[in-house]
Amino acid sequence: MNRTLQRLLVQLLNALLVFSALMGLWYFIIWWRHMPAFMLPSPLQVLQSAIARRGELFASFLITAEEAAGGLLASIIAGIAIALVFAQSRWMRSTLYPYTILLQTVPIIAVAPLILMWVGYGSSSVLLIAFIICLPPIIANTTQGLVSVEENLVQLFNMHNASGAQVLFKLRLPHAMPSLFTGIRISAGISLIGAITGELFAGSNRVGEGGLGYSILYAMAQVETDYLFALVAACTVLGFTFFFLAMFAEWFALHNWHESARASDSTEN
Amino acid sequence: MSDLRTIPHISCNAIAKRYGSQTILDNISLEIPKGEFVSLIGPSGCGKSTLLKCISGLLPLSSGEISVDGMTPRNARELTSFIFQDPTLLPWRTVERNLTLGLELDGVARDRRKEKARELLSLVGLTHVARAYPRQLSGGMKMRVSIARALASRPQVLLMDEPFAALDEMSRDRMNEELMRLRDEQKWTAVFVTHSVAEAVFLSTRIIVLSAHPGRIARDLPIPLPFPRTAATRSSNAYEALVSQVSRALREGMQS
Repeated sequence: MNRTLQRLLVQLLNALLVFSALMGLWYFIIWWRHMPAFMLPSPLQVLQSAIARRGELFASFLITAEEAAGGLLASIIAGIAIALVFAQSRWMRSTLYPYTILLQTVPIIAVAPLILMWVGYGSSSVLLIAFIICLPPIIANTTQGLVSVEENLVQLFNMHNASGAQVLFKLRLPHAMPSLFTGIRISAGISLIGAITGELFAGSNRVGEGGLGYSILYAMAQVETDYLFALVAACTVLGFTFFFLAMFAEWFALHNWHESARASDSTEN
Repeated sequence: MSDLRTIPHISCNAIAKRYGSQTILDNISLEIPKGEFVSLIGPSGCGKSTLLKCISGLLPLSSGEISVDGMTPRNARELTSFIFQDPTLLPWRTVERNLTLGLELDGVARDRRKEKARELLSLVGLTHVARAYPRQLSGGMKMRVSIARALASRPQVLLMDEPFAALDEMSRDRMNEELMRLRDEQKWTAVFVTHSVAEAVFLSTRIIVLSAHPGRIARDLPIPLPFPRTAATRSSNAYEALVSQVSRALREGMQS
């Protein structure tokens, strides 16, 4: 226990050192190149603007979080449903799978204007964009998990004359859980990219109010560089939050039985 | 009792199994009376596992027919259990819930399953790991769970496909002794696929030696060792003699 605490302290100290070095470098660049604040504000100015406009910042943070989370959740539901269809037969997979790859390879930036045209400005478009880019990893990973069940396990179920529903719910779906969570982890990261990209295009239906992506554009136009930096930092915080939530959900669902989800564990023998 | 033993419990009548132009099993006829423990042994590629899967109804035949207790293999599944080469445990279920998987699929009520799980856990000496997950068990323990699961439905016919192949020799010997103890209690008819002559002699009342390409019955040898069979059986002269007799038959089968 003492050793763990010690290691944790050393790690914390290291992190602190790296952070201070980066801050130092930042100040050094401002001093060396004589950067004006509208080009590169100091860390303190960024912090001050974040505190001064915390209400507005937090509102943007929430809007983007909601859009990304909405897109992600929708993609999990739709992705599982599509994977269940794909898992039915090899024919289904070979016929339909190319379209998933198409979905993945079309750059979302290229499609965003179309979505705007059809759905209109605002959160629904952003959510839809996040949904589209989250979908392929969920489909691909879940399908893989559903179809990679060992043949002997299927035969074990056959020996008990198990119904199709029993094979699905008691064998294939639980077996696919680790793969599904791998997909969710990937999609949680890119859902934010989707939402922020979406906001750059779709913006907001009200002037001056919108998610982080929209506010970044707005701050840039107003040359509020200190606030723009605060918004970028908020994006990073949001990214970390999503990442840890996805990791926690995975750990929570799988730590009892699956190798990947446990940090340390004493096994007998 | 003696007339009961003469009724074939499992009978294979001129069966063949082909994949395309390749013949795996050719003209196999075999009658196994109730209560016998028959081992199938032979070189790899002789189709012994295929024969076992045909008896279980997991693989369809190309020709001939098999009856188990007077029924088709598929219809006899309720009184048949299959033990696979790997433990085939569901990693997301505890030992207890793995044991009762079959009962659950058969629609046995939860209370009855709990009761049955307790009974099975003590039968194979795993009560202390009832709540553990498979990844926490050793190979031998996993296999014991697999065997207990197969016995949960009180089978009359037990089909085993090299269940102890992955175990070290000491655990394998121990599992063999345990299997003999369970057989004494439960009196199933067994068909057992193995690569090990020693194991086959120790367990069986009869050994079928198969030859390969295509799989045919080369020899049908009775193993008249007395029961109960325990660790002491392995040091008897009769056992030694039978092991060398079966080894010889196996070599001849491989040459033909």
